[in-house]
Amino acid sequence: MTQTPNTAARRAMRTPGLLLGVVLTVAMIAAALAAPWIAPFDPNEQDVLAILAAPDATHLLGADAFGRDVLSRILWGARISLYVGFLSTLAGVVAGTTVGVVAGYYGGLVDRIVVAATDVLLSFPQLIMGLLLVAVLGASIGNLVLAIAVTAAPAFIRMARGSTLAMRERDFVDACRSLGYSDLRIMFFHILPNILDELVVMASLWLASAIRTESTLAFIGLSVPPPTATWGGIVRDGFDNLLDGPWLALFPSLAILVVMIGLNLIGDGLRDATDPKGAQ
Amino acid sequence: MTDADIALRVEGLNTQIHVGSDWHDVVRDVSFSIRPRETLALVGESGCGKSMTALSVMGLLPPKVARIGAGRIVVDGIDLVAADEATRENMRGDRLGMIFQEPMTSLNPVLPIGFQVGEALMRHRGLSRRQARQKARELLELVRVPAAAERLDAYPHQFSGGMRQRVMIALALACSPKVLIADEPTTALDVTIQAQVLALIADLQEKEGLAVLLITHNLGVVASVADRVIVMYGGDVVESAPVGAFFARPTHPYSEALLAAMPRVDSDGGLEPIPGQVPTLTAMPKGCRFATRCALRTDACAELPPLAPVGGDPEHVARCWVRRDS
Repeated sequence: MTQTPNTAARRAMRTPGLLLGVVLTVAMIAAALAAPWIAPFDPNEQDVLAILAAPDATHLLGADAFGRDVLSRILWGARISLYVGFLSTLAGVVAGTTVGVVAGYYGGLVDRIVVAATDVLLSFPQLIMGLLLVAVLGASIGNLVLAIAVTAAPAFIRMARGSTLAMRERDFVDACRSLGYSDLRIMFFHILPNILDELVVMASLWLASAIRTESTLAFIGLSVPPPTATWGGIVRDGFDNLLDGPWLALFPSLAILVVMIGLNLIGDGLRDATDPKGAQ
Repeated sequence: MTDADIALRVEGLNTQIHVGSDWHDVVRDVSFSIRPRETLALVGESGCGKSMTALSVMGLLPPKVARIGAGRIVVDGIDLVAADEATRENMRGDRLGMIFQEPMTSLNPVLPIGFQVGEALMRHRGLSRRQARQKARELLELVRVPAAAERLDAYPHQFSGGMRQRVMIALALACSPKVLIADEPTTALDVTIQAQVLALIADLQEKEGLAVLLITHNLGVVASVADRVIVMYGGDVVESAPVGAFFARPTHPYSEALLAAMPRVDSDGGLEPIPGQVPTLTAMPKGCRFATRCALRTDACAELPPLAPVGGDPEHVARCWVRRDS
């Protein structure tokens, strides 16, 4: 029995993990958005006197090897990291879902080509794929988004295709045809809403993965060029002085950790809330 | 009959499906026409070609697996067989409506009822969302869904089977089609709801001047709502008659056997089964396809008999060498 959005929403409200996830994620997004106003310093301002300063009243999370305020860099870095994560996931979901639904709906040769291409893409580890693309395209925000989107798309193609394949055989699709609806209308007005819940759950989990990929790429120096702050970049900067100032790498890592936990809690919570087997 | 008072005309329809490496006829040379306000019942057991006939008329045959080999299907002066897919798509839902056997699964589970009923009007009549919603309410009232205005935002699972079939009827009739194809519309409903739904269809048929093609294997339903009956067996029309004549004088041995296999209140004898099974598509006999199960079989049956008048009634025809008027 299909549930209404209402019962799923009510169930979601009762899931403490989901709630915590939302709080963590929203807090991080709010901090990123408010960075220009709440960051105590300019993220790129170098203060020779504060080089490798330990956390104190002025520099709450310390300062790095150039005397830049770590808290300010984390807040500004959140803007890049979250922006790239959200945009690339969105692009990957939209592109992957569109291709997957079309392939699943029409089947035949189109479907076989899409499945083969997806298998090839999926055989690359996500990170290697992202690395390869950024290395080829060059490091910029646009290319980063594109590269991560390409690594995310195959998973959504596969899921959307599978679900569409099952939906295509349902009676209501025949009913739609008997009403003269076009294939486009059936695919995106009728089949898509039926598979949307699974896609949203997976998107929230992939969002975490996209942010992690961005951070990793930044850590190995394949993200936006310095001095622009991104989480992975800050960790790497701090890594050089790990023994002199462990807080330099610790705090940006914690920021990444918090977002990972938040998004994964959301994903798990949504999955439980939309899982018909969980209904009492 | 002139074309003006015919809502649906089917001529020499041949539908084939792909089995193995060959195309096999599942509907052979079927012709009929339905006038507005008339109900034509297509009866026969599973696999006799009645649903394939309905799907052919709707243009909903699964591509690559089934195709129309020959024939004309004319609605509103347009031959649907010759028309391109865009024309057919425009005709479906607009001039031709269809209701299905399974009301429980024929509605989209995640879209509100009001939207689903109104969507056909947005598609074919270019109505805005608001206008479509207004019209959806009127349609739900037309098919007697209680408290229609409050239920526009309800989802299919909040409706019972009978109510969902009413919604399906509202959907099929949204654009006031001329022809309604009802493929076993009451098979999945219990008997009291069945009667209500049939009465509703009959009522709307009168109001809207619909021509109804009723696909069923329930002869009780046929007796109560149909004007004419076509019996199909193995893809062939074996008998076609006005409903009164059919029940008074079932002539083809298969029709006779069908009626004998139906439970009756006024007989004390048991049911008489029809021996044997429908031959598989690849093993259909060349001549009369019922010959393998027929008690009256003669040597002539190796050749397909034509539809010929029986009982001196030109409206009553049967495909049988033995029973035809000599």
